[in-house]
Amino acid sequence: MTLDRWVAFVILCTALAYGYAAFFTMDGLLPPFIQRNPIWPSTFPKVLAVLTILTSLVILLGLEKGEDTDKEPDIDYRRLGDYNLTQALSLLVLMVAYALFLRPAGFLFSTFSFLALGAIVLGERKLHILLPVVAVASFVVWYLVDEVLGIFLRPWPFFI
Amino acid sequence: MLEGLMIGLSAAFSIQNLLMVVAGCLIGTFIGMLPGLGPMSIIAIMIPVAITIGDPSAAIILLAGVYYGAIFGGSTSSILLNAPGVAGTVATSFDGYPMARKGQAGKALTVAAIASFCGGTIGAVLLMVFAPMLSTVALLFHSAEYFALMVVGLSAIAAFAGTGNVAKAIVMTLLGLIMATVGEGALFNMPRFTMGLMDLQSGFSFITLAMAMFALPEALFLVLNPARSAQGGEGGKIENLRITREEGRKIAPVIGRQSVQGFFIGVLPGAGATIASFLGYAVERNIASKEEQEQFGKGAIKGLAAPETANNAACTGSFVPLLTLGIPGSGTTAILLGALIALNVTPGPRLMIDNPQIFWAVIVSMYIGNLVLLILNLPLIPCIAKILAIPRNYLIPFILFFTLMGSYIGQNNATELLILVGMGICATILRFADYPLAPLLIGFILGGMLEDNFSRSMQLYDGVGFIVDRPMTLGLLVIAILLVIVPSYRARRAKARAKGIADGD
Repeated sequence: MTLDRWVAFVILCTALAYGYAAFFTMDGLLPPFIQRNPIWPSTFPKVLAVLTILTSLVILLGLEKGEDTDKEPDIDYRRLGDYNLTQALSLLVLMVAYALFLRPAGFLFSTFSFLALGAIVLGERKLHILLPVVAVASFVVWYLVDEVLGIFLRPWPFFI
Repeated sequence: MLEGLMIGLSAAFSIQNLLMVVAGCLIGTFIGMLPGLGPMSIIAIMIPVAITIGDPSAAIILLAGVYYGAIFGGSTSSILLNAPGVAGTVATSFDGYPMARKGQAGKALTVAAIASFCGGTIGAVLLMVFAPMLSTVALLFHSAEYFALMVVGLSAIAAFAGTGNVAKAIVMTLLGLIMATVGEGALFNMPRFTMGLMDLQSGFSFITLAMAMFALPEALFLVLNPARSAQGGEGGKIENLRITREEGRKIAPVIGRQSVQGFFIGVLPGAGATIASFLGYAVERNIASKEEQEQFGKGAIKGLAAPETANNAACTGSFVPLLTLGIPGSGTTAILLGALIALNVTPGPRLMIDNPQIFWAVIVSMYIGNLVLLILNLPLIPCIAKILAIPRNYLIPFILFFTLMGSYIGQNNATELLILVGMGICATILRFADYPLAPLLIGFILGGMLEDNFSRSMQLYDGVGFIVDRPMTLGLLVIAILLVIVPSYRARRAKARAKGIADGD
């Protein structure tokens, strides 16, 4: 099975779960006065679930015949190992780390580390340029967002 | 009308007000470039400044300048980084980003600036002429027609996808609609599909989803395949700003049609600029010649001009219900309404009689705002386009950082960032599997409004009777069905015919 049909399968399962919730579990808590409405909170989801199940089946069973395009894909997922997969994955890990550290470690420290480590992961080695640039950029963004626009961002770690 | 125009000119052409326009446009452009801060939030931020000015005409001129600046700024981030920060500029990235990758970033920005200028200016002329009449037309549209109009919009999007991909595009649209049902709806006040998670109570955020669907996969692709960034990078001729005469001739009719169409869609209260830009893109794609249709999505100059013109014209159009009925048609005009009321001006049918100088000052400031924006931004374009010349090792971490910031600023919630990364990974897989991502985002944007209008008509008509009872609704729905069926039918027939020829030989 090709990747797009696997994806269709996953979507089908999601739609089935969603439809189950819409058809069987959601209406249990409905207060009686809403039950007299022509439309319930579950009406629209029911329609969506049915339509999604049908369309994903169309893809899964290959009913729609596409044109056979020979175009070279940007990235061939079958040869994922040939690309810079480690770099991409490390950047994703960095993003997750940033999300977890943003509050406790403060904006300036997290942003500085994220930008610096990100560039290092990508192969930047001129640290004497990188570190000052990143430090200035983190400060400028913080200054603009917090001081100028007035959207609060905690600058320092929680213990300061 | 001429007399009114003179009042407006005299109000707008003071040194103070001209400075306001320039300042507003500059502020709007620069803040608007940050993904995550759309016109709505920028105007909200600027309101305290505007109110301290005290003079209502000056204040609204400043805010209008910010508004136009922000829309243009938003287009730059969709063109250069594929990171649309506002729903109205999503369609801009369909063709703008491929152009930037082909090394035509400067040209793309120029086209965007010119298209925005024309859209805005023609829109302002139409506003001046039609404002009073249009307010009655806007009232003819009921929730049933809005529902149908959105269905037309969605099926037009699915129809873009081209042969062989219609099912995929429809599935993605439906997924977007499904995601829009998560959280608390306006009509029912009960959480749906949140799985008990507090963080999903208010649903997914648009910015997070937009970043996850467009900017994140693109950045990951750039990392995975370094050759990709080199395609437009070094050879990127930023000097190549000029549009050739031939290109100008190509986009002129597009700009003309889309200014009018965009304006009239913008008049309808609802998702003005967003629907206008998508429909504009769809219409231009469908009426383009066969060879040009192939180019759409790969950096067609027409595909960039259409949504840019339409969304600016629609923004102007959205002032019609605000100024004539006092009904804000979009989030941004709602905030403007708030600002006006704070300045002791009540928009509505009496505005033109009681405060003609304000009504006309707004219109004149639209002309001036658009002109100033064009004059300010054309020389700035080379500098803006240089963003792409930043070394890759710096650019990619910064793109990722801005996507993170974009979704954090809006919600001030770190969980949002985890959702962003998770959805970004899903979006990358979907891109590998050749699923179009734009329909998902569009479904999500329109989902809430679609359901609200559907529910409201169901309640009004006590069932699905409104589909048959209202001819306009029925007509629009028929168009929607045709939009999906006709292209695939045509493709099937073409294929059958091609096969027939082959058999005959």
